[in-house]
Amino acid sequence: MDVTLSRRRFLKISSAALGWSVAGGTLGKISPRASAANATNGGIETIPTYCDMCFWKCGAIAYKRNGKLWKIEGNPEDPLSRGRLCPRGTGGIGAHYDPDRLRAPLMRKGERGNEQWVQVTWDEALNFIADKMQQIKAEYGPEAVALFSHGIGGTFFKHTIKAYGSPNIAAPSFAQCRGPRDTGFNLTFGEGVSTPERTDIRHARCLTLIGSHLGENMHNTQVQEFSEAIQNGASIIVVDPRYSIAASKAKYYLPIKPGTDMALLLAWMNVIVNEELYDKAYVKKYGFGFEAFRAEIAPYTPEWAYPETTIEPDLIRATAREMAKHKPASLIHPGRHVTWYGDDAQRSRAIALLNALLGSWGRKGGFYSPVSMDVPSYPYPPYPPSEKGKVDNPHEKYPYAHGHGALTTGIRDATITGEPYPVKGWFVYATNLINALPNEKETIEAIQHLDLLVVIDVIPSEIAGWADVILPESVYLERYDELNVEWFRDPFIALRQPVVESPHNQKPNWWIAKKLAEKLGLSEYYPWNHIEEYLDYRLKHAGYSLAEIKKKGIITGAKQPIYFDEGVPDEFYTPSGKIEFYSLQLKEKGFDPVPKYTPPDPPPPGFYRLLYGRAPVHSFGRTQTNPLLADMMDENSVWIHVDIARRYGLKTGDTIRLKNQDGVLSNKVKVLATERIRTDCVYLVHGFGHKNKMLKRAYMKGASDAELITRYKIDPLMGGTGMNVNFVTFEMEA
Amino acid sequence: MARLAMVIDTKKCVGCMDCVVACKTENNVPEHLDRDWLVYETRGKFPTLHMEIRSERCNHCDNPPCVYCCPTGASHVHDFGGVVLVDYDKCIGCKACLASCPYDARFINPNGYAEKCTFCIHRTEKGDDPACVAVCPTHCMYFGDIDDPNSEVSRLLASRNHHALLPAAGTKPQIYYLT
Amino acid sequence: MIEIVSTRHNEMIDPLLHVWGWEIPVYLFLGGWVAGMMIIAGYFLFKGRAKAEWCSCLVLPTISLIFLSLGMLALFLDLEHKLYVWRLYTTFEIASPMSWGAWILLLVYPGLLANMIIRIPPFLAKPFPRLKSFSAMVNEHPVAIKTIGVINMLLGGMLGIYTGILLSSLGARPFWNSSILGFLFLVSGLSTAAAFVHMVAKDRYERELLAKADNAFLTIELFVLGLFLIGLLTATEVHQRAAHLVLGGEYTAFFWVIVVFMGIVIPLIYQSLAVNHKVPHLMLMPILVIWGGLMLRFVIVVAGQHSHWAQF
Ligand SMILES: Nc1nc2c(c(=O)[nH]1)N[C@H]1C(S)=C(S)[C@@H](COP(=O)(O)OP(=O)(O)OC[C@H]3O[C@@H](n4cnc5c(=O)[nH]c(N)nc54)[C@H](O)[C@@H]3O)O[C@H]1N2
Ligand SMILES: Nc1nc2c(c(=O)[nH]1)N[C@H]1C(S)=C(S)[C@@H](COP(=O)(O)OP(=O)(O)OC[C@H]3O[C@@H](n4cnc5c(=O)[nH]c(N)nc54)[C@H](O)[C@@H]3O)O[C@H]1N2
Ligand code: SF4
Ligand code: SF4
Ligand code: SF4
Ligand code: SF4
Ligand code: SF4
Ligand SMILES: [Mo]
Repeated sequence: MDVTLSRRRFLKISSAALGWSVAGGTLGKISPRASAANATNGGIETIPTYCDMCFWKCGAIAYKRNGKLWKIEGNPEDPLSRGRLCPRGTGGIGAHYDPDRLRAPLMRKGERGNEQWVQVTWDEALNFIADKMQQIKAEYGPEAVALFSHGIGGTFFKHTIKAYGSPNIAAPSFAQCRGPRDTGFNLTFGEGVSTPERTDIRHARCLTLIGSHLGENMHNTQVQEFSEAIQNGASIIVVDPRYSIAASKAKYYLPIKPGTDMALLLAWMNVIVNEELYDKAYVKKYGFGFEAFRAEIAPYTPEWAYPETTIEPDLIRATAREMAKHKPASLIHPGRHVTWYGDDAQRSRAIALLNALLGSWGRKGGFYSPVSMDVPSYPYPPYPPSEKGKVDNPHEKYPYAHGHGALTTGIRDATITGEPYPVKGWFVYATNLINALPNEKETIEAIQHLDLLVVIDVIPSEIAGWADVILPESVYLERYDELNVEWFRDPFIALRQPVVESPHNQKPNWWIAKKLAEKLGLSEYYPWNHIEEYLDYRLKHAGYSLAEIKKKGIITGAKQPIYFDEGVPDEFYTPSGKIEFYSLQLKEKGFDPVPKYTPPDPPPPGFYRLLYGRAPVHSFGRTQTNPLLADMMDENSVWIHVDIARRYGLKTGDTIRLKNQDGVLSNKVKVLATERIRTDCVYLVHGFGHKNKMLKRAYMKGASDAELITRYKIDPLMGGTGMNVNFVTFEMEA
Repeated sequence: MARLAMVIDTKKCVGCMDCVVACKTENNVPEHLDRDWLVYETRGKFPTLHMEIRSERCNHCDNPPCVYCCPTGASHVHDFGGVVLVDYDKCIGCKACLASCPYDARFINPNGYAEKCTFCIHRTEKGDDPACVAVCPTHCMYFGDIDDPNSEVSRLLASRNHHALLPAAGTKPQIYYLT
Repeated sequence: MIEIVSTRHNEMIDPLLHVWGWEIPVYLFLGGWVAGMMIIAGYFLFKGRAKAEWCSCLVLPTISLIFLSLGMLALFLDLEHKLYVWRLYTTFEIASPMSWGAWILLLVYPGLLANMIIRIPPFLAKPFPRLKSFSAMVNEHPVAIKTIGVINMLLGGMLGIYTGILLSSLGARPFWNSSILGFLFLVSGLSTAAAFVHMVAKDRYERELLAKADNAFLTIELFVLGLFLIGLLTATEVHQRAAHLVLGGEYTAFFWVIVVFMGIVIPLIYQSLAVNHKVPHLMLMPILVIWGGLMLRFVIVVAGQHSHWAQF
């Protein structure tokens, strides 16, 4: 993707460069609200930074009262938050006060996973790690150390590991999250959706959400724009087996049978093509292989889709017409966490194709073309080349697995099998692999093959429980991080800067990564002494300075065109240079050139499909010990349809355990007997049921979906792990 | 005289509880106690359902039983905008006001006095929005003077269907829910 | 089908209001009891029995004083902000029954003391010999004694009614939302007091009289309880639902078995037979009445807190 995109990036960067002179002028006009930033009055001090309670990175302003952290609000200058944080962001100060935080470096004593620790100094910990890494390098080569890293805080660890010589860097955000989506869109439009999603929800006249549970999924800008769409009277269509919050806002709610979305998508396209409702001019101008596509989807009538999806043909037709009526401002949201059934890249491709029919790509109310500011990177020496290449995807087994970095599960497989070459060391930065990857048994098995497992975290996560060394990081409110130079609707640069000191012996990631590099003899990769120098260097070379951005936390650039009709070049970086209704590259590689439907496996009798998702007040499994957010929700419940619950004699508040098809038994969990879900599935909010005893507030509260996800289906295109393929039944709890 | 009120658009509210978290940090509301909260009311049979999501708090009633029943005058109607407040230094913690509120909007602060939503008087007196209103990512809450026909809240009430909670209880609540 | 999920989890409020534990029912019960005793004592004073060899009007004020103080102690224990209790007496809140109550209590004490002056109990006479001459002075004026009697009756009436109004004024709790509650608690206080006097009176006349009076009070109480429930049942749906708390709901068995049957019906039947000399008086009966009076306060305070206006 990076290669094909370079042309566009270049165009954007140069136009952004033109914009700055204009932006320079507006910077002088500081709004009265923002001028309070960084100021002290009446014991109140405000410091702008950006949020790290999830990966959206909203601009924020932290308030201190008499030197103590008081609250945090959105930065009104920031285009992502527009002055309002989501509940997790607002509760972010709890991360600083969390009594369950890691306080000092810990080294394992006794068996791995026994969770017995000795407290050590930073020097001892880093020396130990560096020695082990040198041994591994000598014996197996530098590729034998892999880094799992999620979020912007991993920037400097990536740098150190690359300097050390390993290309094996992975995040769960590809194979466990949005990889299939970007693959499907890439195959169709030549570009992915990326993050923050380039969806123009704000201007959509019709918004179709397929499982995207906005309102529970609290990615801030998306939720704000969702509300704007509602306010503007947009038609909302929601497809979800569960009556989500978004469903309650919908004009049309389609309670689909889980795993059959592809059938619905094909039927929708069938109606739109058959009834000639698609954007003909757009398809004619930009489409490739449309006639072949038309022929492929001909059999998929709503009547065909009905028994698969359980959605009435009339409703399929009505919704297809509704979305077509509003084209091109008709957005079929591509979703984000789409690793559901193993056919996810093709399902995402179907979503891309439906959008293509509606002409929404590149159009207002559809997908805009994101822009960014040009901040040159720091001039480091080149990384040593890797002889062996990445370990995760031998022989290009998954031809489209090149998202951002390696496949998490690919590294895990290689660690277990030693093929194509052994992996002996894992660095785990800010990702709880036990919770994030499917089938924790495999993760634990892989860990048994390691000579070194280092976990850098802020709380004692489950993966930290397995570590040889745990390094406690300062939370985002206590540190600098890499600049956030986002590709978004509006160009901007955002700064994260420390608001308060770390309460104990925690250190920021840049400090740890730099110290480690020095101990590895890689000092030349850290020519700067303090991250402030690094940040200032980058900002200066973009025409700003650290001192300047520290005041407002944000530097914004001038508005730039983001739609085709505003002057964005209507180019598609596909092999044909067009929107590929029919994909020859897929055909060549033996895949369906136009997506096809395979029915999902049915649940065994007496079992229910396990679905999972987000609660607005928590981020995955990382906020359950945050005192503010735990106060909002301290355990999850299993959603069961009232009729099913009644059959088992269960009512809301009863406690049960879930048992999956492989006999894995969950923690005790409360029942929510509700009308808001189909009778063939149950639902858990992800992130609960923690097993690390050191997480005092969260230990054994609620049930873990991750633990019950013992099976997964791998996407043949890109190696993503479909995780909605597990089934559970109920064990009564006295 | 201003009459401050809150208007909340249930069509936009996603029930995210940001308003609750914001109130907690802004007002130092003790752990495990809520000045505001969410109610999700679902009617119907799957899949034909209707859900109303409401961010609830003290209604700053025009006819406030909690003020009438208070033996010390601690609960009172503030001069500014008819906001119902508790003077913590006068409160004896008799809990009559807790029992008198049909919305169960009050609780006892661990320090012994009755507490509830203050309409963020420390902010609103200065012309700022309450913390919960200011944080709401869906912009579904509006705050202002309903005695002023030109205020945003008045215009919303004039143009949209709305209801207040438990009107039959006779308290004349001043939080309005747009439907 | 309506499904309600609320995120509020406030202590004493959720899932059901429970702001008042044992203290308030005990306070209301003792208050009612004292009210009854004041009325009875006042009546005897008014009837001129202060001169009699033994008159309950001579011991009741002392007992009342103790019970009332215990009741106030219970009330005090219930306060969450105890150090600020003096705030009650820095204001008079005309709309607040609790404020009325605070001030009524302040009047009740002198009323009781005035009554005690008539025949100074020994434990006061010893340390304060001058009280004796003061007492003698009062005793020279029968009108003064009658007046003290009337005042005690009036104060007792106010006190008794107040204990009910305290709850009934809290309109948010439909179960309490009946003006009859004041009268109910007054009658109940009278029946408790009558049962008590019947139990302790050394004077046969008083014993007999109060047994009869008790029967009358219990009959009225039964009637008033009926009115109370009918009142709720004929009001709004919310009140009907509240009434169902004792008519099929959670508190039905407690209410009918412990309060109505054991606390009123059984003593009433037995004592009716006893005053007609069909059966001997039994100490158990007045004890049941007193116990029933306490249980009545408990069930009303608890059930009332669990009644609410919400539509679900
Ligand atoms: N079963 C199941 N699996 C899933 C998902 C699911 O819904 N269910 N969701 C998938 C998706 S969409 C994604 S994106 C991934 C997310 O997967 P992850 O990003 O791994 O999310 P978490 O499990 O929350 O783990 C994050 C870890 O980072 C730590 N952390 C938080 N802040 C900091 C910090 O400032 N510094 C450091 N060093 N550490 C920090 C947290 O304590 C926590 O241990 O999971 C995927 N896996
Ligand atoms: N509060 C909060 N917000 C978050 C996060 C968080 O941790 N907390 N994480 C962020 C991240 S990294 C991600 S990736 C996103 C994930 O959020 P989204 O991408 O919006 O949602 P998913 O997790 O994919 O899917 C969950 C929804 O899909 C429905 N669903 C399940 N199976 C099916 C099916 O077969 N068909 C259909 N149509 N629907 C189905 C579920 O009922 C549920 O409503 O959330 C982001 N936002
Ligand atoms: S979406 Fe919420 S948690 Fe994520 S960065 Fe923004 S405010 Fe923080
Ligand atoms: S913050 Fe706004 S959207 Fe979220 S629950 Fe509160 S009122 Fe609703
Ligand atoms: S909502 Fe309750 S506490 Fe608030 S003013 Fe009305 S009665 Fe009083
Ligand atoms: S608890 Fe405090 S505010 Fe409430 S009625 Fe009693 S004294 Fe008044
Ligand atoms: S107005 Fe202020 S006190 Fe009231 S709920 Fe909102 S934030 Fe809390
Ligand atoms: Mo994700």
